[in-house]
Amino acid sequence: MTPNPATSATTPMRERADRALKTGETGHYLPVRVSNRQLNWLNRSLLNRTAVLAAGVVLLLAASILLGSYTVTIPDFFKILAAHFTGGEKIPGASFIVMEAKLPRAVIGSLVGLAFGLSGALFQTMLRNPLASPDVIGISYGASAAAVLAIVVFGASGATVSGAALGGAMAVAALILGISRSGSLGLGGGSRGNAAGNRLVLAGVGIAAALHAMVSFLMTRADIRTAAEALIWINGSLNSASWDRACVLALTLMVLVPAAALLAGPLRILELGDDAAAGLGIRVAATRLGLVLTAVALAAGATAAAGPVAFVAFLAGPIARRFTGKASLPASALVGALIVLAADYFAANVAPLLLDGTVLPVGVVTGALGVPFLLWLLVTSNRKDA
Amino acid sequence: MAVLQARDLTLQYDQRRVVENLTAEIPEGRVTMIVGANACGKSTLLRGLSRLLKPAGGAVTLDGKDIHSRPARELARTLGLLPQHPTAPDGITVRDLVGRGRYPHQGFFRSWSEKDDAAVQRALEATETLELVGRNVDELSGGQRQRVWIAMALAQETDVLLLDEPTTYLDLAHQVEVLDLVTDLNRQRGTTVAIVLHDLNLAARYADHVIALKAGQIVAEGASSSVITEELVRNVFGLESRVVPDPVSGTPLIIPLGRHHADPKVQTTTLSTTTLEMAS
Repeated sequence: MTPNPATSATTPMRERADRALKTGETGHYLPVRVSNRQLNWLNRSLLNRTAVLAAGVVLLLAASILLGSYTVTIPDFFKILAAHFTGGEKIPGASFIVMEAKLPRAVIGSLVGLAFGLSGALFQTMLRNPLASPDVIGISYGASAAAVLAIVVFGASGATVSGAALGGAMAVAALILGISRSGSLGLGGGSRGNAAGNRLVLAGVGIAAALHAMVSFLMTRADIRTAAEALIWINGSLNSASWDRACVLALTLMVLVPAAALLAGPLRILELGDDAAAGLGIRVAATRLGLVLTAVALAAGATAAAGPVAFVAFLAGPIARRFTGKASLPASALVGALIVLAADYFAANVAPLLLDGTVLPVGVVTGALGVPFLLWLLVTSNRKDA
Repeated sequence: MAVLQARDLTLQYDQRRVVENLTAEIPEGRVTMIVGANACGKSTLLRGLSRLLKPAGGAVTLDGKDIHSRPARELARTLGLLPQHPTAPDGITVRDLVGRGRYPHQGFFRSWSEKDDAAVQRALEATETLELVGRNVDELSGGQRQRVWIAMALAQETDVLLLDEPTTYLDLAHQVEVLDLVTDLNRQRGTTVAIVLHDLNLAARYADHVIALKAGQIVAEGASSSVITEELVRNVFGLESRVVPDPVSGTPLIIPLGRHHADPKVQTTTLSTTTLEMAS
């Protein structure tokens, strides 16, 4: 067997690696190991930044409970909390405001943000497209359209409405996936995942517009009182926050967050493309189904609690990625919570000062935030393609 | 070690039948090249062999067991695949990408072990991508990127490795580099390799075993010197050619005739099996 001149065996591997390390900024010579040490460094910075985000959520949570149009001191807050659970003496007025208005509002705000943020990041990562978040592709609108239909036409209320929202979101998701997979692509079109992703976004945007029109039509048919009840399903608002809703949402998240955590590992592999993922032992179709169900349920649950708070799911993933330097599901969820809490604080406390006392629904603020970001994303992603 | 076999394998997309009643074996511990014209079903065959496509008939077995009856992750510890167009997530580093090849070896809670470290290290060394570990995959040249993807497949440390057109979009030097690397892997670790390759000359040089496909059927299989002949090139590719011994390796070298440029002053000799045997 003749030695092949084409291999670069002239330079031994060790020597090459050693040279690479000598010229690197670390200054280490030996041993040449690609170890967890460097991985740890990366992970640690990711972890640190995630911790910063978590701290930010806690701070904003505290701010929205303690500050605002009715301020509560920290000792008072704990007194109120203790009194609530032990049945002790209540502070007149303050107890009610904190326990029945501010606290549930802040809790729902953060949970809704977590759910939307997580759902958006799951969709965006799975479909490899930043536009493919449940609010852009109409899944949140599916939930709100079904809820409005249930309220206005069938006079439903409470849990039935939430059930309808979930059903609507699932139906829209199934419809969009059906449309994007039909035609020439075939099921699981292998490497052409990107084309399928684009079709999915286009189908979703179209369906979102149709649902929007349907909701507007239903509102014109409804009498004033039911219309007022249904209004939350259009903009997304924390104004009707209650412990009932907070509990339902918290229970939903207790199931869905662990599901998302379990799917996070396979999702990382699925990012390499369907074929490569299958080669690495992922059951692609089953994993994808699990991811879609989890992400849709997250978006639907959040929508059922606060309406389709616009663009939270869309914004959370990319912002988290910019902040931590890496796509990360926990960071996206925390950013989602940050956005909702900050936007709601602005809507409830700052906007009234500017608008003669009008309290805006939180969805109006997040919507206003989302539009410039959407445009920016379109402009920069086009530049990247060119 | 592991033996990959297809028995009466029929593969189809929706209603379009691509491979029909095909029986083949990927010889253990050797390099097999699957060749054929465009759309002859060679990539489809590879997809069928690697569990990406469920057979419409027949079966693919690994060590006698149907690959579809085994848990996906367990199978991925023995059978690896590098598809034609894998996608690197935005901003992923070489280290991270190669590390993902360890997925089938990690437990339910995906803890990263010393063994994973060592496997990634070996894969990076073998593909000479150690210098690139900290770089982003999107910054790399085509050749570097392909080496990194191969490193990922190597980190999987499987007994059988299937590669779908690993040299597409690479210049000739990089094509040779990739195939040399695969040969190293085969000779040093005894990995069974099956490659779908477009370039017949390179396939002839690097194959221990050639499977030639036409319209989803095997036309010929065996050592390249006995399989790759002028008749085969005519039959499979519809191309008139001369086949001469490769001056470097003695394996068959295909010279297409084409309609232009043939110079009557140049002597072209038809290659017979005897001249090939003399050459090798």
